[in-house]
Amino acid sequence: MSATSTVVVIGGLVAALVLSPGWRTIRQTYLSWHYFRQILPSLPGAFWLDARIFLIVEAVVLALGLLIAVVRTVRAPVLFPVRLACAAFVDLMRGIPLLILLYVVGFGVPALGFSFLPTDEPVLAGAALAMCYSAYVSEVFRAGIVSIHPSQPAAALALGLTRPQALRHVVVPQAARRVVPPLLNDFIGLTKDVALVSVLGPQEIVRVAQISSDFSFNYTPYIAAAAIYLLLTLPLIRIVDRQQRRALRRQNAVVML
Amino acid sequence: MLELRGVTKFYGEREVLGGIDLTVSEGEAVALIGASGSGKSTLLRCIDLLEEIDDGDIYLDGVAITEPGADPVPVRRRLGLVFQAYNLFPHRSVLENVVLGAIRAQRMARSDALTAGHALLQRFGLAGREHDYPDRLSGGQQQRVAIVRALMTKPRALLLDEVTSALDPELVGEVLGIIRELKGDGMTMLIATHEMGFAREVADEVCFLDAGRIVERGAPAQIFSQPENPSTRRFLTRLLAGARA
Repeated sequence: MSATSTVVVIGGLVAALVLSPGWRTIRQTYLSWHYFRQILPSLPGAFWLDARIFLIVEAVVLALGLLIAVVRTVRAPVLFPVRLACAAFVDLMRGIPLLILLYVVGFGVPALGFSFLPTDEPVLAGAALAMCYSAYVSEVFRAGIVSIHPSQPAAALALGLTRPQALRHVVVPQAARRVVPPLLNDFIGLTKDVALVSVLGPQEIVRVAQISSDFSFNYTPYIAAAAIYLLLTLPLIRIVDRQQRRALRRQNAVVML
Repeated sequence: MLELRGVTKFYGEREVLGGIDLTVSEGEAVALIGASGSGKSTLLRCIDLLEEIDDGDIYLDGVAITEPGADPVPVRRRLGLVFQAYNLFPHRSVLENVVLGAIRAQRMARSDALTAGHALLQRFGLAGREHDYPDRLSGGQQQRVAIVRALMTKPRALLLDEVTSALDPELVGEVLGIIRELKGDGMTMLIATHEMGFAREVADEVCFLDAGRIVERGAPAQIFSQPENPSTRRFLTRLLAGARA
């Protein structure tokens, strides 16, 4: 029954596309086999740059996000200025479009003229991505930390642990476990936003597709790039869904607390 | 060993402890009884410096531990506190729960801590459960693990905060058995409890708390048989009526 309805729906959608008045143009400009074969060999190499940026930015985001979250949740009065700075950073980064941040960092930092600052576009773009995503991820970590019942740090302190030890051994490990599903969700977002790096010029996958289509006036390279992306993101999305189902099951299994 | 003088605590405008004077000598067990909200838990948390007091002094081995600006950590390392809701660390196995304080707070070598942890768990009937996570244990077993965790750091005194109140009735006995055993070992204890029979049996002194004040204190036999204070009498009568119902 569900199989039949699936065939009917998908068949209907394909029919609507094929029977549309503009189908000939669509097929030529977006689904050209000729241009697909022409661009395909250059895409995996270009995508490797995206993958490297993603992996490095991801590691930085995890560390920086956790650091900001911890600083914002501790109550030591000495840290008040740092807390304030972190709060301002998180608000600012979440409040401006990532595209503008990329331009500001990508063109602004080299313009400062300091010799010790990087001028490499992938590095600058990665820095902008890391700034933006650290802000979001710090909020995810922070939600996890505040969700831990105060009786847990109290038990750690009663054992004679210091506050930093209680955070390190009792609060953060539990908080991190709780926020795995939303964290993974943010990382799917990051894999795709790495494509925005193209605006600064590095020859990553979207940039390569763009250059090709600028010459041919054919958009098939973008579709090919999207297909490569899906090879990475679809498995990631499946993993996230499974994690979320498991987390839900665990939560429902807890009867008494 | 533990001495409280005029300990006073406010939550905002509300006075939860109104000038508590109390002495617990070496090897003595003092029971704190009283209705929920009378201040028993708050008093124990104040002694372990998890809450700041607003007035008065607390002395441990003759040294004032409530001086403003004093570091609470060394004091907490010399006291053991066991909570009503066990508060075990759910992400750590039984053995890891037990050794955390010894390793991190007492700087004991990991292998020594593991050996000591095994021995204590065995002594209190928890052999074989070392590598289970707390959620696989019954409430009584969890509370026994929590007591072992507090004992691992060899505390000068044990503060027990209604350690049987969250347990099913049939599990209360196994936890009280441990406390009885510790009393036999000469452990100094301050016990907040609703188990009157147990308080009568184990305590050297019973203090009845009402609205943050000790309104009556004395030997268990005297408090339970001939309470002088009207509110003690009311409390015990209500409790007995509840037990019969």
